[in-house]
Amino acid sequence: MIQVRGLTKTFGPKKVLRGIDLDVGEGEFLTLVGPNGAGKTTFLRILATLSRPTSGQATVGGVSIDQHPAQARRKIGLVSHRTLLYDDLTAVENLQFYGRMYDVTGLAARIEDALRQVDLYFRRHDPVRTYSRGMQQRLSIARAILHDPQVMLMDEPYTGLDQQATAMLRRVLGTLAASGRTVVMTTHDLELGLEVADRVAILSGGKIGFQSPAKDLDVQQFRRIYAEQAG
Amino acid sequence: MEFLRKAGAVAWKDLRAEWRTREMFSAMFVFALLVIIIFNFALELRAESARALVPGILWVAFTFAGMLGLNRSFIQEKDRGSLEGLLLCPVDRSAIYLGKMLANAALMGVVELFILPVSFVLFNLPFGTLPMLVVVAALGTLGFAGVGTLFSAMAVNTRAREVMLPMLLFPVAVPLIIAAVKLTAGILDGLALGELARWWQLLVGFDVIFLTLSFMTFDYVIEE
Repeated sequence: MIQVRGLTKTFGPKKVLRGIDLDVGEGEFLTLVGPNGAGKTTFLRILATLSRPTSGQATVGGVSIDQHPAQARRKIGLVSHRTLLYDDLTAVENLQFYGRMYDVTGLAARIEDALRQVDLYFRRHDPVRTYSRGMQQRLSIARAILHDPQVMLMDEPYTGLDQQATAMLRRVLGTLAASGRTVVMTTHDLELGLEVADRVAILSGGKIGFQSPAKDLDVQQFRRIYAEQAG
Repeated sequence: MEFLRKAGAVAWKDLRAEWRTREMFSAMFVFALLVIIIFNFALELRAESARALVPGILWVAFTFAGMLGLNRSFIQEKDRGSLEGLLLCPVDRSAIYLGKMLANAALMGVVELFILPVSFVLFNLPFGTLPMLVVVAALGTLGFAGVGTLFSAMAVNTRAREVMLPMLLFPVAVPLIIAAVKLTAGILDGLALGELARWWQLLVGFDVIFLTLSFMTFDYVIEE
């Protein structure tokens, strides 16, 4: 579903990504971990077409993100630690706006379905600014799945969430994985990342230094390998 | 048609959010009102001197108030992170430009609709000229919001972004402001349309050229 070959990104003299090769299969859940500044966010932003690579190629669902970015965007849903929502609009208005931009058919029913999936239907007419951080993040997931994307990119979605919100988001993530979508998630939480993923990878110094099926590792092993890789 | 629907969705979203808070409208309206009141007292305008100065005062009020709205147009999107959501949408980015531009122009237009009658009362202007002045204001606002929306997107990624927009916009908008002021003065003086032809041409020409250029370059400007 996702193919990345020789992807590099430089900001001025700084090389953030130094040639990433990665394949993520259909329906696979990949957790990408790495220290701060390793290039996780830059990598996801390139996959999401928000930033152009300096060199290399990437395809999402067989579509080149460089040559057909608008087509690739239809296949992608992005959740980051920022919600990408409009605080002064209600949940329904936010989803109506994004639904129109993505040409979602049967929009009213899709909105109801998405809001029910993240348990926010009862607050659908409240402005987003009245939501807790956890509720905003759940609404952000509803926004990302509204157009039924094949690929979900999640950039540290747990940032700033309390335990209750984390548990709720974990449940929503489980539903996403079960729905057959391909998910790439970055996180600093090794335990959680290992628990939800089919495969884990460590990004360090702008390269994929390690990757393995999640079932072949336990948390202690993963922590040890991460410490070695991250220095 | 689909392009216009997307642009409409962007404009609807901006105006809906503004309608809920009326944050920018209040700031722009109060600012424009203060400008015309302060000029009124500072210059001690009498009926005979008002005619000469009012066109300039009006366009100072319109453009400076418009600057407030244009400045916030992309800064708000950037600060709350929704700009990324907008750029993620699978649409031609010039549709995003058109939507934002229409919302900015509409907001400026509403402020002007409130300010114009107040100015007529304050400066004792002939009400018969109001319809033609509305046309000039509409064309001037369209051009100003058109270039301003492009530069607002450009300035949002710079460090001194709030200062950058006026520095970029006003030098480019000089021909538009001159044409709008000359037309306003000519209409208030009761000149025939034919006598003002070259200023109409400059105003309409500016709108056509700069809206087209902004349309074509927005994709590159908004790219990281």
